Amino acid sequence: MTVAVVQFGGSNCDRDTVQALESLGIDADLVWHEDGLPADTSGIVIPGGFSYGDYLRAGAMAARSPVMAAVREAADGGTPVLGICNGAQIGCEASLTPGAFTTNESARFQCERVHLRVENGDTPWTRRYDEGEVVEFPIAHGEGRYEIDDDRLADLEADDRVLFRYCDDEGNVTAEANPNGSKHSVAGVTGERGDHVAVLMPHPERVTLADIGITDGRGVLQAFGD
Amino acid sequence: MTAFTATVEVRLKRGVLDPEAETTARALERLGFELEELRSADRFEVDMDAASAEDARERATDMAERLLANPTIHDYDVSVEERT
Repeated sequence: MTVAVVQFGGSNCDRDTVQALESLGIDADLVWHEDGLPADTSGIVIPGGFSYGDYLRAGAMAARSPVMAAVREAADGGTPVLGICNGAQIGCEASLTPGAFTTNESARFQCERVHLRVENGDTPWTRRYDEGEVVEFPIAHGEGRYEIDDDRLADLEADDRVLFRYCDDEGNVTAEANPNGSKHSVAGVTGERGDHVAVLMPHPERVTLADIGITDGRGVLQAFGD
Repeated sequence: MTAFTATVEVRLKRGVLDPEAETTARALERLGFELEELRSADRFEVDMDAASAEDARERATDMAERLLANPTIHDYDVSVEERT
């Protein structure tokens, strides 16, 4: 029973993710995308990075690679799947989750710590937090602005499928606290298959190891230990 | 079979913010140009052999649907010309 961290050419948060998972006592292995998913895969992370150099659109190429068909199949069977940053872009491009992550409102790459408000504390990824709790995660992306049409966003919100929203340090969701112009400040969502499939732009694996100082991200990754 | 070039133009849907286009517009204004608005698009030219222009258009449309455009944020146009 191992969490597969899928590597594409250009992934660069793959090893951090394995290290973060293992620090939580969760078995994790790097899996090169061409090798397919191992038979004992108990969870899947699509990690951050710049797969295929962000050609065409961030995540567009990786989303159409054969391993993603296997990821979809695993997701259909209930295997937890988490896309982080580039993995979130890939997840949306692969229709694991709705919407798209596109160019930041600033048109710049942004690497900074942000505050997130837990919107739904009743998913595998957020059940270790309280609803409304404010956590601090880093972001590092140029294409992190969440876009989706108004009707689908309304459905997403009605179904309580927003995991986190960008907020200030007191939990207020404001335009100033929205780092990239994401619609309704959405930072992470769950997929149609159920809340075991999720994507988020901020990096929980970068705030998991005690040495980092902040360990707010642990709760997300601990879902794989359930 | 006939040789065709299919051109697929992919652009953001109206109403979807385009920060790169806005930055480009501001840079043009800094150079002294007057403009109202600027929109940008990606243009793909695909050379292919197909039985008819309709077949070529269909194939290029499929390419747009499955990879070149992201229907969540993009609209696209396809045009086909015989290649000589």
